[in-house]
Amino acid sequence: MNLAYAARRFVTLLLTVFFVILVTFFAFRIIPGNPALAILGTEATPEQIQELEAKLGTDLPLGEQFLHWIGGAAAFDFGDSLRYSEPVLDLIGARLPVTFSLALLALAITVLVAVPLGIAAARRRGKALDLIISAVTQIGLAIPSFWSGIVLVLVFGVMLKWFSVSHYVPWSENAWLSLRSLLLPAVALSIPQIAIVVRYLRTTMLEQLHLEYVRTARSKGLRPSTVYYKHVLKNALIPVVTVVGMNFGEILAGSLVIEQVFTLPGLGRLLITAIGNRDYPLVQGLVLLVASIVIFVNFVVDLSYAWLNPKIRLR
Amino acid sequence: MLSAPTEAPPLLDIRDLRVELTTARGRWPVLEGIDLRVEPGETVGIVGESGCGKSVLSLSLLGLLPPAMRISEGEIRYEAGRLPREGEEAFRRIRGREIAMIFQDPMSSLNPALTIGEQATEMTRLHLKLTKREAREHAVSLFRKVGLPRPEALLKEYPHQLSGGMLQRVMIAIALSCAPKLLIADEPTTALDVTIQAQILELLKTIREEDGTAILLVSHDLGVIADMCDRIAVMYAGQVVEVGTAEELFDSPRHPYTQGLLQAVPTPAKKREKLLSIPGTVPALHERGAGCRFHSRCAYATERCLLSAPPVVRVSGAGGGAGAGTGAGALAATGAHAVRCWLAAEEGGLPHAAG
Repeated sequence: MNLAYAARRFVTLLLTVFFVILVTFFAFRIIPGNPALAILGTEATPEQIQELEAKLGTDLPLGEQFLHWIGGAAAFDFGDSLRYSEPVLDLIGARLPVTFSLALLALAITVLVAVPLGIAAARRRGKALDLIISAVTQIGLAIPSFWSGIVLVLVFGVMLKWFSVSHYVPWSENAWLSLRSLLLPAVALSIPQIAIVVRYLRTTMLEQLHLEYVRTARSKGLRPSTVYYKHVLKNALIPVVTVVGMNFGEILAGSLVIEQVFTLPGLGRLLITAIGNRDYPLVQGLVLLVASIVIFVNFVVDLSYAWLNPKIRLR
Repeated sequence: MLSAPTEAPPLLDIRDLRVELTTARGRWPVLEGIDLRVEPGETVGIVGESGCGKSVLSLSLLGLLPPAMRISEGEIRYEAGRLPREGEEAFRRIRGREIAMIFQDPMSSLNPALTIGEQATEMTRLHLKLTKREAREHAVSLFRKVGLPRPEALLKEYPHQLSGGMLQRVMIAIALSCAPKLLIADEPTTALDVTIQAQILELLKTIREEDGTAILLVSHDLGVIADMCDRIAVMYAGQVVEVGTAEELFDSPRHPYTQGLLQAVPTPAKKREKLLSIPGTVPALHERGAGCRFHSRCAYATERCLLSAPPVVRVSGAGGGAGAGTGAGALAATGAHAVRCWLAAEEGGLPHAAG
């Protein structure tokens, strides 16, 4: 691994995070709404609002507020929620594990299902299995996660009663029950992702299958599974890893929505109430966190190229 | 079929092979009536212009034909056992272990994402059941044998870190790792520099002498073929048009195409003369009529050449165990100098149909 390359990537990463903060901070304050008004209600007198604004610090000039917040964030102090009067970090910390395990589970399901399906479709190009996979993934792409989530709840939760719905169990309490409570929303989240990855992988596999090294591998008498999973997959994976990495942000965003369907106590519900309340510090903290995760995942994706494609190591 | 019982079976025996290409517009024969034998330890060359079916022939031997092509007639025997026409599993037991293959472009024939070591050990671990360590040691000894420097370090390197010549040596080392009886070399030096070409050919000669490996060498380069081969088959438009020993073909070529190929080779003696070339190109699949496929480019072509397919005529040599009937098998017979041409038939070689 080239250290200079990694360092350069890291600096770009920090700059990106900074711009995300900048945009969220100002954009969110330009839209109408007022935290003091949201807390006190429409009955409040202008004096009461002014008093609360002074207390919350939202009466200061925007630039000043921004510098104040940045200064705190640099020391990992993201301020207190305007609504809950609790540190933002504590509020996020309590809900992060739910969303994060949901997203990771969805990612794991995506990879475990999509890779064999993509390879199978490429191997049987134009045959019945390929056409079936193509039709099913087309449907998977068209269905939004919240809808398939509702259907899953209805079928497996209400009708078959295989899964408990809207009863979240943390990992620390019982891993098995936790998995059961997260499985349905994770499946709902992964369906469109599986469809995307299957299609991508099928295409990149087919591109690789024409290449001469595949013929060499076959001429060695290797098992077809070795040829596909060892020789071709590693070469076909680079574009797929990019897609999965970029879609990790989408999985996170999707989990914010799916949490509503399954009433999971995750970041999604926190964010939605925070936006409604114009809870500036909480929204900023949440956006910073989600943006950092997405950008970090992209960074990891970049580094994984070096493993997948040895030629990158030299650059 | 009456075959001579006294002979030991050839290593490879291709009989009346026909390979068809299926397209939207129908099925076209890519190879037709191919007869060819390779004896144990023998080096047989296949020569011809691009598009005459040399590579298809070598790929068909290991079941590596592209999906649109299939063997529709004839058979391939290996050590008297019949090879399957298709079926991945049946071919897998022969590939690499009995018959190994090296390809034209070593740069693209190795997997860019796997180390040399991984690619050089997977075959022996699979076929010879070697452990990872044994396979690595075996690979290192083969790297040494093919003249690769610092063999141990190579195991950890990737193909893009090596030169073309080194990669072809790696390919040869890999191909030899299970001690195959037959090595198919499809244009093994075409993509390499001239100086490297000579080294690779020397290496192939050494292997042939030390290990007794039979080699089927496919090339468009008569110089390479002449240098290496005991016997030569000249291919044109999907058929073998002349076969014989290297001496027979170079000293008394009978087919006008073979003569043309020989005249097209630049030599110091021809320095001041204009180099001859064969006018025209190999006819495409749908342009091959009923007659001789070379007639459109042949200086001696007559009405008959256009209308009917020439017979196979044995012009010299012993070549026992030939087939009967219309001459099928004459081209395969080891030691026979045979040619597919009306001209030779008129000159009254040894009309094979009589046998």
